[in-house]
Amino acid sequence: MLRLDIELRRGAFARHVQVESDARVVALVGPSGAGKTTVLNAIAGLVTPRSGHIEVDDRCLFDSARRIDVPAHRRRVGYVFQEARLFPHLDVRRNLRYGRHGGRAAERFGFDAVVALLGIGHLLDRHPRNLSGGEAQRVAIGRALLSQPALLLFDEPLSALDQARREELIPYLQRVRDEIRLPMIYVSHHPDEVRRIADDVRTLD
Amino acid sequence: MPWFSPEEWVAIRLSLKVAVVASLASLPFGIALGWLLARRQFPGKALLDALVHLPLVLPPVVMGYTLLVTLGTQGTIGAFLKEHLGIVFAFRWTGAALACAVMGFPLMVRAIRLSLESADRRLEQAASTLGAGPWRVFFTITLPLAWPGIVAGAVLGFAKALGEFGATITFVSNIPGETQTLSSAIYGLMQVPGGEAGIWRLAAVAVVISLGALLLSEWLVRRHQHRREA
Repeated sequence: MLRLDIELRRGAFARHVQVESDARVVALVGPSGAGKTTVLNAIAGLVTPRSGHIEVDDRCLFDSARRIDVPAHRRRVGYVFQEARLFPHLDVRRNLRYGRHGGRAAERFGFDAVVALLGIGHLLDRHPRNLSGGEAQRVAIGRALLSQPALLLFDEPLSALDQARREELIPYLQRVRDEIRLPMIYVSHHPDEVRRIADDVRTLD
Repeated sequence: MPWFSPEEWVAIRLSLKVAVVASLASLPFGIALGWLLARRQFPGKALLDALVHLPLVLPPVVMGYTLLVTLGTQGTIGAFLKEHLGIVFAFRWTGAALACAVMGFPLMVRAIRLSLESADRRLEQAASTLGAGPWRVFFTITLPLAWPGIVAGAVLGFAKALGEFGATITFVSNIPGETQTLSSAIYGLMQVPGGEAGIWRLAAVAVVISLGALLLSEWLVRRHQHRREA
């Protein structure tokens, strides 16, 4: 699923990262500062590695040797950030629909199905400022899914939540894994979370 | 009871027209330059930044003279504009609007640039990952979120345009009905004995309009912040 071999450079930070895995759900673990978020950002196209290549499901997203660098908005990567990053000037419904535009192609993930999966139907008319942390994260996951991605990235999605919220959210993540069945790359430094969600665990240090 | 003489009304209306046109017409450029200076690195950026700020530090009369030399009907660009596009700035209200736009531009760009620099890039990143190309991100995320600064920039431009004097009078002179704005009208009245009453009236109008603009801008910004408190 994932073939990644990159040289990351940013100021004083320099890392060589290599991950090859055929598992559908890969977890990246490691201490803070190991560069896990940077790797996700490189896969999403938000950061450009110094050199190397990134392939997901045989789709080449980046290859410095062949001068390929697919722009972020064309990579079809659904990214769930640590802080939800919902758009504060749009209500939940508009946030969810943000990723759907133009595409005539039949949608793989329908609006109602995703809303039902994540249990956010009662939140549609609310604004992000009126959501709890757990609710906001569920909306963020829904928003990423509704952009019809080919790959899901999770950057410590539960770290900003307290224990109770985390427990509440893990089953939703498991449902996404089992019912949506997209490849997922999951970054976390909680071994418990990782064990319950991932098929393959890689350590960055 | 007429509060203002016909000439005074003309000056007031003209000032408003010139100030509104100046700030609205320069707004797209202000946004473009604000964005360029806030978000991009390129060779010559410092020079561009300095050029944008030039009208702020140059004597207004020098600015007006420069406009006259380049855009007057005898000037290099002015002659071309008149010849091929029929556009004339000299001694027309359009020239007054141009002078005011140029003088207010640095203030507008500063406010917009500040607002764009403080926009949350992480939200723009999120929008990118959701499939929004750079233009869509700009119009649906960056601009709405930077709105307070843009409004502030437009109002500053408007206020400066309203008060502009030196560049305007040098470039397009002081023609009642065409280029005699509030400031020029007051200046004219000061040179006439017994003109004090008129000066006070016009000055009061200037204060009221400027205050009104500032209050409106505050209200718009406050309402916007309240709506998007996340």
